[in-house]
Amino acid sequence: MNESDLPSFLLDGEEIPFTPGQTVIQAALTAGHYIPHLCYHPEFVPHGSCKVCTVKANGRPAAACTLPAQAGLAVESDTDELNDLRRTLVQMLFAEGNHFCPSCEKSGNCMLQALGYDLGVMTAGFRHFFPDRPVDASHPDILLDFNRCIFCKLCVRASEEVDGKGVFSLTGRGIMRHLIVSAESGRLADTDIALTDKALEVCPVGVILRKHVGFAVPIGRRRYDERPISAQALDDAPRMMEPKHG
Amino acid sequence: MSRNDPYPSVDAVVERYHADAAYLVQMLREIQETRGWIAPPVVTELARTLGLSRARVEGVAAFYSFLHLRPVGAYRVLFSDNVTDRMQGSEALLAYLSEKLWVEKGKLSEDGLLSIDTTSCTGLCDQGPGLLVNGRAIPRASRERLDVIAALILDRQPLDQWPAELFAVEDNIRRADLLLGNRLAPGEAIRAAILRGRGGQTEAAANERSWREANPAAALGPAATLEEIKRANLRGRGGAGFGTGVKWEACRNAPGEMHCVVCNADEGEPGTFKDRVLLNRHADLVCEGMTVCAYVIGGGGATRGFIYLRGEYRHLLEPLEAVLARRRAAGLLGRDICGEPGFDFDIEIHVGAGAYVCGEESALIESLEGKRGIPRSRPPYPVTHGYLGQPTVVNNVETFCAAALVAVHGGEWYRAVGTAKSAGTKLLSVSGDCERPGIYEYPFGVTVRQVLEDCGAGVGKRATQAVQVSGPSGTLIDASEFDRRIAFEDLPSAGAFMVFDETRDMFDVARNFVHFFAHESCGFCTPCRVGTAMMRNMVDKIHGGRGTQRDIDEMCQLSKAMHMAAHCGLGHTACNPMQDVMKRFRPAIQRRLRRLEFAPAFDLDAALAVGRRMTGRDDAGAHLETEA
Repeated sequence: MNESDLPSFLLDGEEIPFTPGQTVIQAALTAGHYIPHLCYHPEFVPHGSCKVCTVKANGRPAAACTLPAQAGLAVESDTDELNDLRRTLVQMLFAEGNHFCPSCEKSGNCMLQALGYDLGVMTAGFRHFFPDRPVDASHPDILLDFNRCIFCKLCVRASEEVDGKGVFSLTGRGIMRHLIVSAESGRLADTDIALTDKALEVCPVGVILRKHVGFAVPIGRRRYDERPISAQALDDAPRMMEPKHG
Repeated sequence: MSRNDPYPSVDAVVERYHADAAYLVQMLREIQETRGWIAPPVVTELARTLGLSRARVEGVAAFYSFLHLRPVGAYRVLFSDNVTDRMQGSEALLAYLSEKLWVEKGKLSEDGLLSIDTTSCTGLCDQGPGLLVNGRAIPRASRERLDVIAALILDRQPLDQWPAELFAVEDNIRRADLLLGNRLAPGEAIRAAILRGRGGQTEAAANERSWREANPAAALGPAATLEEIKRANLRGRGGAGFGTGVKWEACRNAPGEMHCVVCNADEGEPGTFKDRVLLNRHADLVCEGMTVCAYVIGGGGATRGFIYLRGEYRHLLEPLEAVLARRRAAGLLGRDICGEPGFDFDIEIHVGAGAYVCGEESALIESLEGKRGIPRSRPPYPVTHGYLGQPTVVNNVETFCAAALVAVHGGEWYRAVGTAKSAGTKLLSVSGDCERPGIYEYPFGVTVRQVLEDCGAGVGKRATQAVQVSGPSGTLIDASEFDRRIAFEDLPSAGAFMVFDETRDMFDVARNFVHFFAHESCGFCTPCRVGTAMMRNMVDKIHGGRGTQRDIDEMCQLSKAMHMAAHCGLGHTACNPMQDVMKRFRPAIQRRLRRLEFAPAFDLDAALAVGRRMTGRDDAGAHLETEA
């Protein structure tokens, strides 16, 4: 199909073509337009929990990752109001967990940190919760540091949908929400997780870490050290005219 | 499970539900009813037999307030913590019972006998303070009644041997109109719908303007009743006010292997208790409405019905089951209902387990499917993709009752009552500072002032200062607005009507609601999960005398983010109580602020409290000097 045959919507005044079934963020990224996001992952069905990708569609706020693209939709994204909202949401996440970037081995590869830099978040602003979330170091090769969880559910879904295991689940309610593993002991060592699992690759922050390789790439030469997340996200998105097969 | 386990096996429970994981919440609830709590091996066993991951089962169980993954006492006393319960003295009563039974709030007693804690509004505001003991509702808590309860607990009397009088819940119907005053016989609405579909007149409609005369081309079959529902201009009574006819029609037109009718009886909005009364007094009418809905949307295919009953109304389960059994025996549920070939429909009851968010229709459906009650992303909407992905109508208890009336009397009859935009009547659950709390049914358009007069508010010296219309997620109005009307076009209401006299501190009222939302947020989206908890911390800081203008500014920033970006109505409305108080009762906040710029939330002296308790000291030297 030719790009000009496709239906389109407007994103900040620019026309974005889409294939039916795509959501606003999928179409935007494919067309080379960045909308800040955190819990969205191109390989998984959009979840819509972090709300960082909130846009206004015909004047009404909606998460761009779950909003179905529709012909004629007028979407605002890069506005002061929406970027303020995104900064507030990122600040809320920083205040909720225990995010100590200088001592975190995910620093430079962390989407939350990268978003903070890209949006110009200078402090958490709000009062920190400092929750008590013990780490799980029971597994010989994998460390779980729950202090950094942002509840994107990507590991849960990767383990269920790709690995066919269901190692992780989210539980609790409200601010007591937390990640658990599938074992009576509650310890990762007693699950059937493997180093080859997809669930290990998807964490946008520093919860699921491989042991022994933490600083193989030095800080300063990592993914988001090289270029901001807004540029990186576009590289990661599937391109419009490059069909995967055939 | 060990062989000498005295309880029904997990397998037996699973088998009863045909190993259908959609019944997971019901299985967990049943297992707990016999065992008291859900032990880790039970979770493992349940996951294995259902073919689910263990984490998934644990994740579901830990979502619901009334499911316990840790050992609990033989007696679990929960005090309803709505602001109306507090106004009736619940806090002092909780302290009284705790002291009497030597147990700390929120902790298991040393001997494992009992625990005492609070829970979200249990829907007994007209006869509060409300209690739940092992899930059983007890109204009118008082020192005398708590003395009786304490003795029964210390005596280790099983609950079914407690005096029945303790559990007697009143209906307190104070004003009846066309709904509460109806005298329909079971089956009348269903027969009317079928008859209407054949082009016939119902007896009741015969006295009114001829339906067929006015509409010579009107539809036959179930569509005829759908036309009446639309003509009645019936709108959902759960608060949002969506057109019932439009909803039914969309569901009817949606393709699916089956169509589902769900009655939302998860009446969790604090201060609301009308559905409790409808289910107790008019259960047949509720079932009629659901059956009429099934008739309309079913299109001759398979239909299933569910009543999602909130856990707090567990005491209504057996009476409701009896009503369903009676209706099955009378041919009003089951196969070929009322002799109509192929009209098959039945209703099953799901009992919730303590989660306000399940009142949101898509969260309710998730819970019906045995999952955590997290609202879905919409579109698609339940009318096309609801229970198990099938077209589903979810309506409030009161909506189904009204629909049954419309099926009998017709749309014109119904819309003649109320206002142009709000047809029919509305049930109000009146509580708080008034002489006669209870259920009041009014035609839409009634003024707040009228309701206040009828319920005996402001009698004596204490004038009424405010009314919370439609609960914490609704609107708080002050005395200057008492001429406003209860109607979709002015003050929409899901039913709550809480009255506050001039002695009440409106900041404390809002603080109670802020705590409620923080406790009930499902935690799915950032703005609501973090925002409600931050709001709670901020109002507590202000309450503790450490508030500043900066806290007010931060609350406004949070409110904006929550209002804009939250995933569902809970997050959108969670900031309403504080916003309303800021707008209408500013002095209630202002006089608590310590200074205008900044005060740290951290209280150095309070931080020493643990040390003081451990050393048994409370002299001046054990305190830090704090600024006055």
